[in-house]
This record gives sequence, structure tokens and C-alpha cells, in this order.
Amino acid sequence: MKKVFMKGCEAIAEAAVRAGARFYAGYPITPQNEIPEYMSRRMPQVGGVFLQGESEIASVTMVYGAGAGGTRAMTSSSSVGISLKSEGISYCAGARVPMVYVNMQRGGPGVGTIQAAQQDYFQATRASGNGGFKMIVLAPATVQEAVDMTYRAFDLAERDRNPVLILGDGVLGTIMEPVVLPEMKSDEEVAALKQKNRDWAIVGHSREEKRGFIDPGYWSTDMQEAHCVSLNEMYERWQREDVQVEELYLEDAELVFVAYGTSARIAKSALKLLRAEGHRVGMIRPLTVSPFPAASFDKIDYARCKCVLDIEMSIPAQMIYDVELALRERCAVETCLRSGGNLIERDDVVKKAHEILKGGVER
Amino acid sequence: MNAVYTRTKTLNGNLLGFCPGCMHGTVFKLIGEVLEELNIDGRTACILGIGCCGLAQEVVSYDLATAPHGRACAVASGLKRSNPDTVVFTYQGDGDLASIGLAETLHAANRGENITTIFINNGIYGMTGGQMAPTTLVGMKATTAPDGRDPGLHGYPLHMCEILNQLTAPVYLERVSCNNPANVRKTKNAIRKAFQNQLDGKGYSMVEVVTSCPTNWGLSPEKSLQFLEDNMLREFPLGVLRDR
Repeated sequence: MKKVFMKGCEAIAEAAVRAGARFYAGYPITPQNEIPEYMSRRMPQVGGVFLQGESEIASVTMVYGAGAGGTRAMTSSSSVGISLKSEGISYCAGARVPMVYVNMQRGGPGVGTIQAAQQDYFQATRASGNGGFKMIVLAPATVQEAVDMTYRAFDLAERDRNPVLILGDGVLGTIMEPVVLPEMKSDEEVAALKQKNRDWAIVGHSREEKRGFIDPGYWSTDMQEAHCVSLNEMYERWQREDVQVEELYLEDAELVFVAYGTSARIAKSALKLLRAEGHRVGMIRPLTVSPFPAASFDKIDYARCKCVLDIEMSIPAQMIYDVELALRERCAVETCLRSGGNLIERDDVVKKAHEILKGGVER
Repeated sequence: MNAVYTRTKTLNGNLLGFCPGCMHGTVFKLIGEVLEELNIDGRTACILGIGCCGLAQEVVSYDLATAPHGRACAVASGLKRSNPDTVVFTYQGDGDLASIGLAETLHAANRGENITTIFINNGIYGMTGGQMAPTTLVGMKATTAPDGRDPGLHGYPLHMCEILNQLTAPVYLERVSCNNPANVRKTKNAIRKAFQNQLDGKGYSMVEVVTSCPTNWGLSPEKSLQFLEDNMLREFPLGVLRDR
């Protein structure tokens, strides 16, 4: 397979186009500007639409409109910009409009820093907008994973008629790596995908047909509740069917790392070093942080395992709540954290692991 | 017997939920008649704002999406650009279009989006119960301006047709009312033109309809008409501001 050398943001944009995305709207914010810039060049080449919105709010709402018309549509932003998009994301979740969006996380709260962070885990997995909805949240650690996940995200969004989030960070967005790009869907395939959505899309239906009706609102409390119940059934199905995770050495591990995205890359290199030293270290790397791979924690041998180390570029730790729920107090939990746009050093992880394995850390 | 007048087929017979004297029903009737006469109701999508107009959701036969408050023109931009053959119109009140959605309205108009906007201006928030709107008249009482709109505190009413008339891109801006049969006919003509412009690919058209809100104005439907003529139309004069 032919490899090309691409920046994370641009590779994600190209993967979206290849997956059949034909509408993109966005608003500039660092570190993801290469996505709208790439889309502004690429979309016209494939008969798609690029629109620079007047704000993040307008951009996500344009995507709501395009998605409501059955077109594969996407937006992207970073942290503080994602907050602004939360209105539109909640509307998509409420009105069952498929859409894919990317968060290249940076430091926060507020405008924060422009450097890579993982400070939006709660927002991504718990409260991406009002109303308690959930999304499938994909957490790539490499540009190749970002490409593959983006390509798949459009299928998931359409299958569930729900938003799908690609949760990256400033490192993933700006790093350049060799990637194999997925197959470009033909114009016919893209048209067929759109045609499949025609039944529910607001493209204009004759009076003899069932009309397209996109609305997150209900006049009746019972109808709203029934809607929430049906959404919840979907969320429970994801937990059974859509969890993706990388598990390393859980069977013999005395210490298990838990990390996603860029933190996981760093953690994995620390793990290799530690294993070479003879330490029995394992790792759980969620590829979907929602649904969270809770079942992976049942594969740990707690007769051996002393501790789970939660590694995040976030202070306070956020993923740790999912980790503790999954662990159910079967062993201790420690953290290795950086924040503000500072990266975790491999040696920080190694040092922390040494302390734990020597019994130097008391819970 | 010859039928000389029938209800537009785009109103499906479900009960209209609007208050007595409200003009939303009239405007939806006019829109429906125009869509039928132009034979485009089967390829039309309405992007509905938030507020009383939401009561029309289950009343009209054509495709419809509810926009987040104020964002109808952004929804319409996304839909129209990705489905150029669909006829797309927004239907928005004054709080929706001129307050929370001012940016979306202005920028869609400025991009010259090939969409049609029907703007209902009754100078008050209806659904939420009579709060001050960006178009509330000076001195007019609202539940959030109990002593009346005070320019020193609240500024002055926004004139959306005039504001959009500062932009280069819009092709058609007209302010109409539905306070008497002659003006109802003019409103229908304006709505027809606004849709025809879209069919001709000309760009952004907005029809502002000055209407009444008897419930929140605290006036009878009859007195509301008088108030509209004596006060609203003085602040918001009717007429064509742009027709290219």
C-alpha cells in the first residue's frame, strides 16, 4: 500500500472526503486550522461544499442543516470552540442528525493555551451539550488511526443518526506521519449514500410521501421521555458492540497503564522500556473513550496487579472516573498527569512506575 | 358549484394553535398558497425558528426542520448549499432573527445565500410571555421592561430591512403587514417574489411582516390592529427597500 507523508489535520480532512463527506463548515482556531484550510481547497474538487462560518455556532449549525439534508457533513474545532458548538451538537443528537466533528484539544478552561492537552474528556464523554446525550467518541493516537477512525466515523454517525466525535489533541493535529489513505468513495457511491437518507432528510417531499421532519423538540413529556429511552437503548448497545480497545500484557501485569491518544503513545514507549527492564507492566488503551472499555479491566489478574496508573494530559484527572468505575476498587489507582499544554515525558511515566513497583507509593 | 376558494393543501387540517388575532396563521396560509401556485411545495423545506412559530410544525405539509434559536439562516445555508434543488426558507420571529440570531441572519444575507427569509416582527417575545424584543417600540411595556422600553437603558428598536439594506448581496428586502385585506394581498405578492428570486437563483430575499401580538400586547385583536397602525407602522414603515 502506498504511504504518504501527511499532517494529522490534513490527513483527517482527506479521510473525511474519501469517506464521502461533501459538506464542511468551520471557523478558525488553533491547533486545527489546517482542517478548514485543506477543506477549502479540497471540497470544490469533489463537488462538495466548504463554508467558513461567521462563528463556531454558525458552522456547527450549517452542518446540522447539511446533515438534515442527508449529506455527509463535518465540522472541527478546538476546546473553547467546541464549547460554542455544543448547542448544535445537542441539536444533532436530539433531532437524530448524523454528523462528524473533530476536537483537537488544547489547554483550558476558557481560551487556555494553544498547545496539546486532554482537558476536554468530561466534555467529550459526559456533557457535550445539554440534555445528557452520548456519542461514540473515537480517540486516535497516530495519524493512521485518525485517518481510519475518521473514515469509519461517518458510517457510525449515519448508522446511529447521531454525532460522532474524533477526540484528538494539538500533537495529533500538527504531527506529520506516513499514512495509508483509505479508498476514495466514487461519486456514485457518495450519491447512493445520500439517497439512502432521503426518507428522513428535509430535501422536499411531495404531499403523497412522508415528509422530512427534523426536530429535537417535543410537545409531550411522554414523547420526550420515550425518545430519551430509545436513545439510552442505543447507548447500551454501543457498550455491548462498539467498544474498541488495545490491551497489552494484562495477563501478567503487576502495573497497568491506562491512557488514550497522545498520552497513550508516550505511555506505550515507557511500557516498552519497563518491559525491557523486566517489569511486568500492562496497558489498556481506549480507542473509544465513549463507550469506555470497562470490560478490559476484568481481564486484569488482581492477584498480581498492584496498581492501575491513569495517565492523562489533564489536571485534574478526568478519565480516572471511568477507570475507577471499571475497577470497582479491585486495586489502587495512581495518576501521572500534566496539563496546560505541557506534554507528559516518557521518563515521568517510567519514574512513577518504578515508584509504584518498588512499593514506594502509598494509596 | 364552482369552488372559488379552498384552503391551501399545504395546511394539513391540523388545528392551528395560535391566539385569536395572531397573524402567524395568515402568513402560513399565504406561504402555502404561494408554494402551491409555484408548484414547489413538494420540494420545499422550512427552517423554523424558536417561539410561537413552532406551533406550525404539525400544521404544514412540507418538509421542516427546527433550528436552534436564532440560527435558522445558518441551517438554511448548510441545507441549500448541499441541496441546491431544494427550495429553502426560514421563518423567524423578531427575537430569533434580530436578537440571538443577528449574526447568522446578517452573514447569510451578506453571503447572498440563495434562500428566502420570512421575518415576523411583532415587537415582543410571544412564546416566552411578553419579554422585550430588539424591535420593541420605545415606551412599549414588556415583562422585562415593566416601565416601557427606555432608550437610555435598552437602546432603540432594530430595523432589520434597513440594516440588511446596507449590505451589497441581498436582492430583495420588503416590509409588509397583514393588518388589512389590501396589505395581506401585498404580503402574498412579496412572499411570491421572495420565492421566485430563489427559483431564479438570484440570492437572498427577506420579507419582513409587521404583525400584532394581542396576547402579549395586552390588547384585544381589534385594538391590536389599531396599535399596529398607529405605532408599529410609524416605526417600521412599509415598502420595498431593495428589489434587484
